[in-house]
Amino acid sequence: MLKDVTLGQYFPGTSFIHRLDPRTKLIATFVYIAALFVAKWYVSYAVVLALLIVCITVSGIKPSAFFRGLKPILFIIIFTAVINLFATKGGTVLWNWWKLTITSAGAQLAFLMVARIMLLITGTFLLTYTTTPMALTDGLELLLEPIKKLGAPVHEFSMMMSIALRFIPTLIEEADKIASAQKARGADFETGSLTERAKALLPLLVPLFVSAFRRADELAVAMEARCYHGGEGRTRMKKLTMCPADWATLIGSGVFLAGIIVLARYGL
Amino acid sequence: MEPIIQVKDVSFRYEGEDESAAPVLDHVSLEIEAGSFVVILGHNGSGKSTLAKHLNGILVPDEGEVLVDGMDTKDDDKLLDIRRTVGMVFQNPDNQMVASVVEDDVAFAPENLGVPPDEIRARVDEALKLVGMYEFRDRAPHLLSGGQKQRVAIAGVIAMQPRCIVLDEPTAMLDPGGRREVIETVTRLCRENGITVVLITHHMSEAVGADKVFVMSAGHVISEGTPEAVFSKVEALRKEGLTVPDTVALSWELRGAGLDVPLAALTPADCAAGIAKALQK
Repeated sequence: MLKDVTLGQYFPGTSFIHRLDPRTKLIATFVYIAALFVAKWYVSYAVVLALLIVCITVSGIKPSAFFRGLKPILFIIIFTAVINLFATKGGTVLWNWWKLTITSAGAQLAFLMVARIMLLITGTFLLTYTTTPMALTDGLELLLEPIKKLGAPVHEFSMMMSIALRFIPTLIEEADKIASAQKARGADFETGSLTERAKALLPLLVPLFVSAFRRADELAVAMEARCYHGGEGRTRMKKLTMCPADWATLIGSGVFLAGIIVLARYGL
Repeated sequence: MEPIIQVKDVSFRYEGEDESAAPVLDHVSLEIEAGSFVVILGHNGSGKSTLAKHLNGILVPDEGEVLVDGMDTKDDDKLLDIRRTVGMVFQNPDNQMVASVVEDDVAFAPENLGVPPDEIRARVDEALKLVGMYEFRDRAPHLLSGGQKQRVAIAGVIAMQPRCIVLDEPTAMLDPGGRREVIETVTRLCRENGITVVLITHHMSEAVGADKVFVMSAGHVISEGTPEAVFSKVEALRKEGLTVPDTVALSWELRGAGLDVPLAALTPADCAAGIAKALQK
C-alpha cells in the first residue's frame, strides 16, 4: 500500500539532462516555475508545454512515469478545477443550474489552472527523475553556500535531507512489515470511516517511531565511528563542475523566462 | 609483534545503572596484536559489545585505560586519529549506511577526513574491489542482500585505511550464506592485506580460523588462547551458556563413550580424520 510513493524517485540514465550539474537543473527548474507563474495566456502555456515535451523526450524517460506521478495529486487537480469553474464570474454564461453557474471565463481559468499545476508537477518530476537525491542535496548545499556565511546550518540541513532520503525505502519496508504483522493479528487498515482508519494506523505508527529513533541512535554512532565531525574540513568524492553545457542551459533558461515575460506583457 | 590495542584493567558501567550491581565490564585486560585475527566470544549480556565500543573511543572506560596504537581513547584531541586507526562495523547493516548509492556511502569516511577527491575515488574503488562489491557500486543499498550490505559497510570502513577493523556481531542479522560471505571477506582482509581483525560474535564456528580467542562472561574475560585450546574446555564453555562447534561437541561425546579422538579438531575434515584414525586402532 505504501509501495507506490514516487517521492524522490530517480531513473538512471545518461541523457543530456542526466549529465547536467544538479545546480544547473535546480536553477533551471526554479526559472521554469517562475515562467509558469508569469505565463498569462494560451500562447505562453503552449511554449512552456513545448519546452517540457522537448526536455522529457531528451531525458529518455517514459512519459508514463510522469502520468503515474500525477496520480496522487489527482484530487488537488480536480478540486482546483471545480473551484475555479464555479467561483469565477465573467464572460458568457455557459451553464446554469440552481446556484451553480459556469461562465466562459471560469472555464478558461479552470483549464489554465489545471494546466499550470500539471506542468508544474511534471516539470519538477523531471528534476527528481534525472537527478540522484544525493546530487540534489549536494547541489542545494553548494547553491546555499552564500547563506552559510551568515551562520545558516546549510551542511546540517543537506545532511539531514540526504539521510531522510536514504531511509525512506527502509522505513517504508518496515511499515509494510509492521502492517503485515498487525494484519495477521486481525488489524483492519482498509475499512471503516476516516477516523476509524486513522485510529487503526496508531498501532502501526508507534512501533515505527520507536524503531526510527533506535535507527537514528545507531546511525549516529556509526557516523561518528566513521570520523564524521560536521561539515568542517569535509571534502567530496564527486566534485561538481559546471561544463559549457551547463552554462548554455542556464543562458537558455534565462532567454526562455525573458520570452515568457515578453509574451505576458502582450497578454498572450 | 607489538600490540595495536591494549585494554588495561578496564571497568565500565552505563550511566543510570544501579551502582551496587556488577559493572558491565569488570577489570578487563587484553592485548590485540597487530595483523592478527582475534575473536571475542560471549553470549548476550556478557559485555562483549560494550568492550567493542571501547576499542575506538565510542565509549571510554570509567576505570583503567584503552590504548590504540599508543593513543589513550580518553584524549579528545586524538579521537579522529583513533577512529581512523580502528574502524568499526556494526550489527545492523541498514543502520550504518548514510548514502543512497553504494559508492557514495563508501566515500563517506574519507570525505569526513578531508581526503582529496581523486584519492577518495581511488580508495573507494579499491575498497569495493577488496570486498567483491565493485560491480554494485552504483546500486541503492536497500536493494542489496544482508551479506552484501555488510560487505559494503566493511568497504566503508576500509576506505578510511584503518590498521584494525572491529566487527560487532556483523553476522547476527544475516542468513547462513550472508554469514559465510562476511567471514570469508574479513578473513581475507586479515590474511592478505594485513589488517588486524577483531570479530565479536556468539557463533563459535566463526572463531575457528582465529589466531586468538577471548571468551567473555559477565564482564570478565574467562578464557583466552588459540581456538583449539579454548574449545577443548568444553565443560567450562557449556557452563557459560556457550555452545562449542559441532565437531568439538561430537569429539567430546565420542571421548565420553570411550573413543580416543583428539578434542581440538575444528574442521569437519580434521574431525573425520581423527575418528577414522581412532577406529583403525
